[in-house]
Amino acid sequence: MDSTANSPLVSAKDLVAGYLPGINILNGCNLHAGKGELVGIIGPNGAGKSTLLKALFGLVKVREGNVSLSGEEITNLRADQLVARGIGFVPQSNNVFPSLTIEENLQMGAFQSPRQFSDRFDFVAELFPTLGIRRKQRAGSLSGGERQMVAMGRALMMNPSVLLLDEPSAGLSPALQDEVFVRVREINKIGVTVIMVEQNARRCLQIVDRGYVLDQGKNAYEGTGKSLSNDPKVIELYLGTLAKK
Amino acid sequence: MQEHNSGRSFASTAGQTPGSSKPDPILIADNIVRRFGGLTAVNVEHLEIQRGSITALIGPNGAGKTTFFNLLTGYDSPNSGTWSFNGKALNGIPPHKVARLGMVRTFQLTKALYRLTVLENMLLGAKQQKGESVLFSVFPWIWRAQEEAIRVKAVSILKNFKLIEKQDDFAAALSGGQRKLLEMARALMVEPEMVMLDEPMAGVNPALKQSLLEHIKELRNEGKTVLFVEHDMDMVHEISDWVIVMAQGQIIAEGTPATVMGNAQVIEAYLGAHHDADLSSEGA
Repeated sequence: MDSTANSPLVSAKDLVAGYLPGINILNGCNLHAGKGELVGIIGPNGAGKSTLLKALFGLVKVREGNVSLSGEEITNLRADQLVARGIGFVPQSNNVFPSLTIEENLQMGAFQSPRQFSDRFDFVAELFPTLGIRRKQRAGSLSGGERQMVAMGRALMMNPSVLLLDEPSAGLSPALQDEVFVRVREINKIGVTVIMVEQNARRCLQIVDRGYVLDQGKNAYEGTGKSLSNDPKVIELYLGTLAKK
Repeated sequence: MQEHNSGRSFASTAGQTPGSSKPDPILIADNIVRRFGGLTAVNVEHLEIQRGSITALIGPNGAGKTTFFNLLTGYDSPNSGTWSFNGKALNGIPPHKVARLGMVRTFQLTKALYRLTVLENMLLGAKQQKGESVLFSVFPWIWRAQEEAIRVKAVSILKNFKLIEKQDDFAAALSGGQRKLLEMARALMVEPEMVMLDEPMAGVNPALKQSLLEHIKELRNEGKTVLFVEHDMDMVHEISDWVIVMAQGQIIAEGTPATVMGNAQVIEAYLGAHHDADLSSEGA
């Protein structure tokens, strides 16, 4: 098992989970992330990547196995309880309130501790200056990249120790995708543990400390970003050879 | 008549300025303007799409690419402008008739029928099924052979798209990426003359994406025309004969993939200066 000096901050063991009765999407999946680590999850469509994040965040019922945070069992706690314990989640799509302003969106992120709002808002606005400058603008009028910043900013309002991101670069232009990856790394550098699911596997493996390849609800490969992106088997089955760089 | 590879060879001779004319255009658009309140979402002066080619439409988020697709396929109406497909004016023609004329599109946000199985979704895509007629429906021998042929085709496409094991599952049970695949697979059931794909590969695993590119090339080899919106530049580079760049509702550049991707304006507006850089070496 993991022989690191510190026990992992987040740990998921032998997870079995699914949506419909009798059909499991995750079939004994394992994952751990150390404090301050940046971890990526890649894999084929339908492998269970999003389901794994949802299982960590209490959005899908874990049928077997367990999830722990700092050694404490958190399996099947409600999402709001997990937010209070320092986990933030950014879903794949529809992740802002379009009719609310940027500021109101961020307020929603801080609703469990409204008194912290102005401190945390300043923090997020320093990380994403556009959000501070355009705080009164409706989120619905923002571009895809800016919305992703709002969604990440909102998840950061509770000062989480762990941030879960589901395909943050999906649907964005190349320049914005790069910006998102750079931002994710900045968030990680200030000490937030990040677990991200990505289909832009090339970029993802460039920025992560460690990556997992999921296939059919199970771990298929695991390693540093570099070792995975150079592994011929991983290239053949998951990365393809189009992205050479 | 044009030989079947005209779609590829035209690229060496066509002019590389926005709105340049093509030797054998299948789609021609003129002065198309669409405003949303004070915002001009689309303002295309002139555009021609070469028959039998694979053309990529790229541009920043919010450039008007999807709105332009909506206008061309009758899902939205422009404030002004005219456009024609195969010489037939399409102004005011509703989407289902546009599809019947041979121009079929997919959606960025998938529109699968969730309460039908994956296979049923596919079978619905096929056109002119004899059993759909009230009269013929009561005589199974008239449509049984055709229905079987459609089923065989659907199964073969599902195999290529790695969805075959899901054929009897409800479409609602598919993951986000698999719904995307079903959407594109269903469009291929229609056998259209021109396919318009709106970000067909967003959220699709890179290895599968690469194998699906072969199917898009196959469409071109059959003489069909493909117009697609995509943000994955490796994919655009790999399969497109021609690339059109939109920004702020206008066509700002067009040309072969190599020329367009070297265009300073395109790099600035869209690709970003660090597109080719390895992020792992930056500030590490």
